[in-house]
Amino acid sequence: MIDLGPHAIFIVWAYLGVAVVVAAAIAHTILDRMRVEKRLSILEAQGLRRRSDRPTSRPEGPAA
Amino acid sequence: MSIDSTVKGNWFSRIAHPGQFASWTRPVVLPMAIVTALLFAIAFWMAFFVSPAASENVGTTLRILYIHVPNAWLSQFVYAVMAASALGTLVWRHPMADVSMKAAAPLGATFTALALFTGSLWGRPTWGTYWEWDGRMTSTLVLLFIYLGIVALWRAFDDQLRAARIVAIFTLVGALNIPIVKFSVDWWSSLHQPTSVLRPDGPRMPANILTPLLVMTLAFTTLFLLLHLVRMRTEIRRRRLYTLERNRAAALEQRA
Repeated sequence: MIDLGPHAIFIVWAYLGVAVVVAAAIAHTILDRMRVEKRLSILEAQGLRRRSDRPTSRPEGPAA
Repeated sequence: MSIDSTVKGNWFSRIAHPGQFASWTRPVVLPMAIVTALLFAIAFWMAFFVSPAASENVGTTLRILYIHVPNAWLSQFVYAVMAASALGTLVWRHPMADVSMKAAAPLGATFTALALFTGSLWGRPTWGTYWEWDGRMTSTLVLLFIYLGIVALWRAFDDQLRAARIVAIFTLVGALNIPIVKFSVDWWSSLHQPTSVLRPDGPRMPANILTPLLVMTLAFTTLFLLLHLVRMRTEIRRRRLYTLERNRAAALEQRA
């Protein structure tokens, strides 16, 4: 066990606090991503597309 | 002559196009996560097994330095990223600048809160108090409120393009606080020690303290860059989601 000296409690709380908050930030980032992807996949499974995703029906040819 | 719809322009325009950005950043995430984890492993090993247990000015609380300084550095660095993005929004109206601003704000608030938390815990054994209304601590608290205000502003608007312009102006006005945070220890008498790393005459600490500090700072900075990248990718997808939801609502309205 590492000897942290007489102020060990402050060092432990500081590292513990940072670890918990950083872990929460990482978890929030991952869960937010998963939530958005899940909602997107539901909508896309219903056949919804953005206008820019749809193939254009305009025939190719020289521009006016 | 045909119209070419492919993304052209300089390299920045190409990599910053939302579709292109999502594409080139996909293979970057995992290697960055591995590098971040390795950097943290090395940094913690150095902080607890290479660094001395105590120093002359802060005694045995030295190890708090290794997590306080990186968070304090990020509280300002993240704001600099947001201010640069705000310029991108206002000057070039680039959609990725909006996305970058929005993704960075909660992270900036987190790192600033951690800087205050670790600083407070460090203050008690070294200064005899958890809190002192000195220039550095007060301006950092103001910085936290600015971050929280920006997060709230983003949430207050349904129209994210309009929100981006308002947030960008607010961000640039709030940037005035950054030099106050940075130079407060030089301008006013403070319990904080003056700048001891980024000095014109070089760092004022021994190598066995400076090296773990720099590695830990690099680890935290890489963590921010990784989380920022993932949050930007998520924000691009979220905007696609909102578009689809709007399309669905419009289609339902037409049917009704």
